[in-house]
Amino acid sequence: MNKKSINSVNKEFKNIHKFYPLSIRPDRLKNYLYVIIRAVLIIGICYIIIFPLLVKLSSALMSLTDFYDQTVMWIPRNPNLNNFTRAFRDMEYPVAFVNSLLLASLVGFLQMISCTVVGYGLARFKFRGQSIIFAAVILTLVIPPQMIMIPLYLNFRYFTFFGLLPGEGINLLNSFWPFVFTSLTAVGMKNGLFIYIMRQFFRNMPRQLEEAAYIDGASPITAFLRVMLPGAIPALVIVFLFSFVWQWNDYFYTNIFMSGNTVLPMTLASLRRIIEGPQTTAVINAGSLMFVAPLLLLYALLQRYFVESINRTGLVG
Amino acid sequence: MINMKRPGIFKFTLKQKINIYGYLFTLPFIIGFIFFFLYPVIQSIVFSFSRLIITREGYRLEFIAWQNYNFALFINPEYIRTLGETVGGMINNVVAITIFSLFAAVLLNQQFRGRMLARAIFFLPVIMGSGVVLMMEQGNYSMQLLRESQAASGIFSRDILAGLLMQIRLPQGMLVYVIDILFNITRIINRSAIQILIFLAGLQSIPPSLYEAARVEGATGWESFWKITFPLLSPLILTNVVYTVVDFFTSPENQLVQLIRREAFGGAGYGVSTAMSFIYFITVSLILIIVISLISRTVFYQD
Repeated sequence: MNKKSINSVNKEFKNIHKFYPLSIRPDRLKNYLYVIIRAVLIIGICYIIIFPLLVKLSSALMSLTDFYDQTVMWIPRNPNLNNFTRAFRDMEYPVAFVNSLLLASLVGFLQMISCTVVGYGLARFKFRGQSIIFAAVILTLVIPPQMIMIPLYLNFRYFTFFGLLPGEGINLLNSFWPFVFTSLTAVGMKNGLFIYIMRQFFRNMPRQLEEAAYIDGASPITAFLRVMLPGAIPALVIVFLFSFVWQWNDYFYTNIFMSGNTVLPMTLASLRRIIEGPQTTAVINAGSLMFVAPLLLLYALLQRYFVESINRTGLVG
Repeated sequence: MINMKRPGIFKFTLKQKINIYGYLFTLPFIIGFIFFFLYPVIQSIVFSFSRLIITREGYRLEFIAWQNYNFALFINPEYIRTLGETVGGMINNVVAITIFSLFAAVLLNQQFRGRMLARAIFFLPVIMGSGVVLMMEQGNYSMQLLRESQAASGIFSRDILAGLLMQIRLPQGMLVYVIDILFNITRIINRSAIQILIFLAGLQSIPPSLYEAARVEGATGWESFWKITFPLLSPLILTNVVYTVVDFFTSPENQLVQLIRREAFGGAGYGVSTAMSFIYFITVSLILIIVISLISRTVFYQD
């Protein structure tokens, strides 16, 4: 008896909806209006973000005649790849690409390791001076890097290990060494942020994991390597990705340390000097597109990690 | 009885052990901080009080007391004006970016088709909105012209929008501010990707039961935003404001940073440049302290 009555009530309930056409019900109408406004907003913002990419693409494909033709606005009339081949040649793309890839991977890897270790130290051991060290981490974020640009340059130009090596010092510029030193000691670009992310991540991991390891006789180092590190892989990936991307894009440090080398940021910037005449803009745009293409590919493949990054690290919790 | 304890000098209490491991794990940073951060900072303070002369064997310093500061503050015609403009621009930017990123995060947190794609596009500036590519765009005037002409021909013509806004009788100051934001909308959107990410994570950590309870009590969406979402996100507003301020101050597009750079290479010299950046840093820290103390008074913590 119960089942039947419930069924009939359900049917009646469904029938009520039939009497009201969709468009008239006021709550639905409001809802549709809202959906439309939201869609317009989101599409508009997306358009603004993608706009520079589209402009670059359209002008990079233009030939010289299209460039001067007032009637050609977006879609080039005789598209060709001349600008791309020219940028490819003048940027020494293959060499620069490999160098940049090596540099960014190396920096990403080293910063991932050093920031993880430091972040763990700050998260799990209560030692004297801990708050001072954490304050120092924040300080490295706040001080503009322009302030220490010149001393850093001079230190690596006449590198004496701060007076430990005799003589006038070695010139470490135009090599990977300045990046290796700063990355290995967790004071590279935006490393304060990475340390902070790792610290928050480890703080959110349950303490019982390590306690169990300690009871089984593990030292803090083994507990960190065998128990905590495998659990922190998502956060490690995030730190690596951000570090890689920022290093790839970086002009500031690369210009100081490696201005004479064939790395992508330098060769892209040099296009402005090399190429003269009306084609400059188009070639630079083609070069910029080739510069960001690997990053876009990386982003397309690992988009999940970027988008969910801060969720996973518990930066917010 | 056999003594289980091993004698020797390597015997520490638990507290000492924790201390040692704490230092061991943070050792890389301590070394890096001293040698690649503190030492250069002290050097740059010394530079700011002296004249730097590059010689064949290296460099030589000549102590000249406050002359560099004097030059930066009272003789250089650009510095004080640019400093003021940068701080003013910072305040405008921080307000706009915080509001926009909160708004965008609320939008992206809702259910709709293509949400993943929209999120992916919103975070694209993390990858492209910085570094060389942006720099190339800025130095490239014909590219800017091209963009201007394309923007004007498009749907969003700024001049028409500005003209429309003039029709609404807003107070003069507010009108200027709104138009300023409108003209800089691209930059604001491109600068707020990380902030959106932080707000979005915060939104997802709010328990849905709170909203359900509010709905049962008859709260509208507007009310539950101001009574639930906003207070619970307020710690993140602080985080985001601080992040935005720091990001703005250290970004190479910043006018003052460009001025400091210009002075260092080919302008009034290293000494003046470091003096300028030191004054700049003190201003930044003062502003940060004021901002943090103002906002943290109104922040609401759940526990």
